[in-house]
Amino acid sequence: MENIATAQVEKTRFRPGLFSLLASILVISGLASLAIGRFDVPLTHVAGILASNILPMDPWWSSVEARVVDLIRLPRILLAGIAGAGLAVAGAALQGIFRNPLVGPQIIGVSSGAAFGGAFAILISESRLLLIGAAFGFGMLAIVIVYTISRQQGRASILMLVLSGIVTSAFFSALVSVTKFVADPDDKLPAIVFWLMGSFASASYDKVFLIAIPVVAGSTVIYMMRFQINVLSLGDEEAQALGLKVERTRWIALTAIALISSAVVAAAGVIGWVGLVIPHFARMLIGPDHRVIIPISALIGATYLIHVDNVARTAIAAEIPVGIITALVGAPVFGYLLRRSANKGWTTE
Amino acid sequence: MIEVDGLSFRYGDEWIFRNVCFSVEAGQTTAILGPNGRGKTTLLKAIVGLIKAETGTVQLNGRIGYVAQRAEIAFAYDVIDIVVMGRAAQVGLFRTPGKTDYEHARQALAQLNLEQYADRPFDRLSGGERQLVMIARALASQCQILVLDEPASALDFGNQDLVLSTLRRVAEDEDLAVLFTTHFPQHAAHIADQALLLHDRDRQEWGPSSQMLAEDKLEELYGLPIQALEYKRDGQSGVTFAPLYS
Repeated sequence: MENIATAQVEKTRFRPGLFSLLASILVISGLASLAIGRFDVPLTHVAGILASNILPMDPWWSSVEARVVDLIRLPRILLAGIAGAGLAVAGAALQGIFRNPLVGPQIIGVSSGAAFGGAFAILISESRLLLIGAAFGFGMLAIVIVYTISRQQGRASILMLVLSGIVTSAFFSALVSVTKFVADPDDKLPAIVFWLMGSFASASYDKVFLIAIPVVAGSTVIYMMRFQINVLSLGDEEAQALGLKVERTRWIALTAIALISSAVVAAAGVIGWVGLVIPHFARMLIGPDHRVIIPISALIGATYLIHVDNVARTAIAAEIPVGIITALVGAPVFGYLLRRSANKGWTTE
Repeated sequence: MIEVDGLSFRYGDEWIFRNVCFSVEAGQTTAILGPNGRGKTTLLKAIVGLIKAETGTVQLNGRIGYVAQRAEIAFAYDVIDIVVMGRAAQVGLFRTPGKTDYEHARQALAQLNLEQYADRPFDRLSGGERQLVMIARALASQCQILVLDEPASALDFGNQDLVLSTLRRVAEDEDLAVLFTTHFPQHAAHIADQALLLHDRDRQEWGPSSQMLAEDKLEELYGLPIQALEYKRDGQSGVTFAPLYS
């Protein structure tokens, strides 16, 4: 009897109710967003268009509406959702690994690396595929550089990792500046600047699949390591004393994070603050356990970026870069969260 | 259970200790005493395997549980979630703790009478309770050897007694080999069967607590006069130590 009771207690610790609620909000947000946009498509038409993809039925909507929903909005919403979930998972994992709620995917230099790769690709070519490939490749190169700089005598301390991340980040930022400096100011420069600010405007199903693979793969690895991330957050020595292979575990997680962040930058440019704010918010909601924080962050992150993108594409006549909105919202919200949660969910050292 | 033979360690050119030899049997407790900077923590880390000794061997016949000096964590997990991390070695990469792991964690909490704290956030506990949670985490790994770095040094009198007495009871119940460092000879006198005095990097003394915890040896160790005070009150008797400050 006691064992059954124990098992039930353990299960409720993972808050199935909250998961269902957040998952429902995500699905509803996604569906509702299909109806939002400058071109008006009523919700009933959206429902019909989606259903007709699976079931044969007579249309009560126009073919233009079907194209807008199926070919423009749906891939864009999927892309925003995948990016949001990925960034939030990456951020939650990084905060655990670095034992610090103030780090985001930027800290390990991957975003800057990917940003340079993308900017350089825009400079030398028109190819979208090259852009994605270069952004992804340089993002992964950044983590290799961080790895190389930070390791001393076969191991890397947290401090060395952070400093190596800053160095790598600064170097690639300088390269981005070089790219901008040499870019044609009438043609290439605006393209680079706009891309760097982040946008889902160029979403397509090809892009969705291309990005979904690394993001889902990386997130799955992180999710499978959610308990190990708890242990890593105790600090190197304690984790090692508890029998965890610290170096190996940390680098597997960091590689997965780099995979996610590079893919997101490749698809949508640099979108800051999501990886920082969302896990922090999740932690306030349900406590610090990464076994819960990681999946919850994914749900909240996806919902959040879908709504941010709704604002980006509808607020004014022109597209607003997503990165601008996430920063405008993220910075003050983060400041507020910091003040509210001082010593709640995490403690200062 | 612990057999340390000729252990030496150095940072760069500076030797911290040389040729340390002692052993701890199952069901026995050994205290390590020495002034600041004499290498108590370093010695423990070398024994646990967190750092590599220059020469010498450490033989451990059993799983080791280590309780570090600083009972602080970056995130205020619930107590049960911290204790279950003691199972990290058994859980394995890409896996999460299962029913058995939680059973061991709850059992460890029960051993230390901490069941009622299981679902509380760690940062709401007192210093003594935190230390006990860290011990529970080590016990959850089903260790046969318990190594603790100053388990009671940062605690008030009441919590010192709570942690030390609990430690002694668990060591007896579970037949553990216990090794701990302390700055207080009375802690060693309270629970240790043997004491290791780190006088100098080349000179250590190891023997039964009753012989090691003597005024002259402690005065040499700490460099000031120390008064041993025997007490007998309310059926309790023992010895405690008072430094005579200049």
